[in-house]
Amino acid sequence: MKYLDEYRDPVLACSLLGQLTDAATRPWRIMEVCGGQTHTLIRQGIDTLLPAGIRMIHGPGCPVCVTPLETLDRAMAIAAQPGTVLASFGDMLRVPGSSTDLLALRARGADVRVVYTPMDAVRLARELPDRQVVFLAVGFETTAPANAMAVLQADRLGLVNFSLLVSHVLVPPAMTALLEDPDCEVQAFLAAGHVCTVMGWRAYEPVAARHRVPIVVTGFEPLDLLEGILMAVRQLELGQYHVENQYVRAVSRDGNTEAQRAVERVFTVTDRAWRGIGTLAASGLELTSKYAQFDANRRFDVSGVHSEEDPECIAGAVLTGAALPTDCTAYGTRCTPRSPLGAPMVSTEGTCAAFHTAGRPRARRSS
Amino acid sequence: MSFTCPTPHHDQETLLLGHGSGGQLTAELLQDLVLPALGAPPDAVLEDAALLPGDTNLALTTDSFVVDPLVFPGGDIGSLSVHGTVNDLAMRGALPTGLSLAVIAEEGLPLADLRSALKSAGKTAHQIGVPILAGDTKVVGRGAADRLFLTTTGIGRRIPGLAPSAALARPGDAVLLSGPIGLHGTAILSTRESLGFESTIASDTRPLHRLVTALAEFGAAVHTLRDPTRGGVAAALNEIARDSRVSIEIEESALPVPPAVAAACDLLGLDPLTVANEGCLVAFVAPAVADTALKALRRMPEGAEAVRVGTVTAGAPGRVETLTLVGSRRIVDMPLGEQLPRIC
Repeated sequence: MKYLDEYRDPVLACSLLGQLTDAATRPWRIMEVCGGQTHTLIRQGIDTLLPAGIRMIHGPGCPVCVTPLETLDRAMAIAAQPGTVLASFGDMLRVPGSSTDLLALRARGADVRVVYTPMDAVRLARELPDRQVVFLAVGFETTAPANAMAVLQADRLGLVNFSLLVSHVLVPPAMTALLEDPDCEVQAFLAAGHVCTVMGWRAYEPVAARHRVPIVVTGFEPLDLLEGILMAVRQLELGQYHVENQYVRAVSRDGNTEAQRAVERVFTVTDRAWRGIGTLAASGLELTSKYAQFDANRRFDVSGVHSEEDPECIAGAVLTGAALPTDCTAYGTRCTPRSPLGAPMVSTEGTCAAFHTAGRPRARRSS
Repeated sequence: MSFTCPTPHHDQETLLLGHGSGGQLTAELLQDLVLPALGAPPDAVLEDAALLPGDTNLALTTDSFVVDPLVFPGGDIGSLSVHGTVNDLAMRGALPTGLSLAVIAEEGLPLADLRSALKSAGKTAHQIGVPILAGDTKVVGRGAADRLFLTTTGIGRRIPGLAPSAALARPGDAVLLSGPIGLHGTAILSTRESLGFESTIASDTRPLHRLVTALAEFGAAVHTLRDPTRGGVAAALNEIARDSRVSIEIEESALPVPPAVAAACDLLGLDPLTVANEGCLVAFVAPAVADTALKALRRMPEGAEAVRVGTVTAGAPGRVETLTLVGSRRIVDMPLGEQLPRIC
């Protein structure tokens, strides 16, 4: 297939692995930020082919995984109210809340719908004027423009029955938070290509300079990842730390400025809680006061929601790269994609799900 | 490692859509509820069709069809309902001798829709040469069913010498696949308005009994046949690996995934290995006949693109592995459950 097969070529993959072996003279620890990248790495077994010293640390870039439990519980409380339609991306439906998940709620009669774009939720609101349609707006900078467009469209149409439950998060503050942790092991980043398609990479330049860490904007196909890792290793070996762009076919330094403008019109930067990580300053988006009437938190009273994480789940450590899914005592037994304790076991971008789907066995307990 | 969950974290007391997906949830439902309720042993080998006690030359199977929409690119619920049952019989090496057809229709269904579905079923059965011998028609109130559900039951006679079973795959067997994968599932998805993608993908729904007839000359060397419908090739291979207590290795690069299917799967985040098919089969044959059996499949129009995709090994029983495009190994797991129901 044009523009896909080229990036899955086994001969080129071998050649890149050879170059990587030649380039790496010391052990290096590199974090791929995005869950999509994690899945390609694990699905294709790329991490098992890397030279022995190169270790990949799997990052927090799974939007479903970092959505706070409280947001999910609120979504479920809203969905349980009569006369509402809760629309969401499919992955969110199986994420466990404190007591249930959206799929189970749907089986009991709640109107929960899977949409592939927030514009479908706007369409639902037009078609169902007697119902309140709420879109669960999660994700990184990648999905923010489409959600902004949905709000602008709903505003233009004068829809009073459409709202967003917003839990948008931003990548650069999360990378900074990881780097500022004294236990941080990450020596280089593969930045998330799709996020940069929208935002460009200017925001990463001060991060790279301040923390002296190479950042390579990287795509999602096997060859993208191998090339991104190679570029990161070459910088590390030379003691360099600048932002490089591997994903040249999709990303420019400035990104998609029109999409950025739409986001700026509708959203404003705010502090945001990340599931498993905690609240990070200026790390999320919320609706601006001009569009506050589209905020589901204002439209529905769900203040009585009390959220509680499963104590066994180590999602926070997995999301920050401090632990592997296979280190978890519940991995593969009490926690499976079938019956997940935490979000990373659910999403197609979740690290735990990637490991489990690829059949990686649980680590032997050393103690 | 145990994959059971002794204390379910969430209440699992209601049926979920995923229980009908053909994946892990379906397997659990069968094992935990259906088989015990019917008094069947929990470790029963689940075949596409059963052999009749007293006359094991006769095979019996039944299948319900709830596909949405009723008419889709490449087929409709009527033709699908005949193909599905004819194919399940064929996977036990049997040719259909008679079918029954039961209709559940919703009040308000245009008679023209009912007529065209049944005419399609009748025409399909006629082309295959199998009579529809019995039937039933029920109408339920508006909202009690969605338009039209069909159930077909088939009885068939086994081709002499052929005795394939999901439990008969053996180390060394060649794994043959009769044609491209992922067409039916992606064709149905392309019709779902909410997905908003247009494509020229048509379902591969077709009868497979002629392909099985083409394998008849290999007799007992044909160990296992299965049509990878719901849950796709991944589910079919996992079921065979489990029931035959063998390990299966496939090569990702050998899988015939049409470019349009690959593109749709990439867009929607699906794995072509788990997408439903209605017109191809996997055949496990003894290594000595692998090449000639592949040629025999290729001589038939419906098997023209047949390929060898893997080998059975004596590795861990129940394990399915693939050699990835970049040359590493990965487990192919049983899909959990489909988020897009009513694919067949």
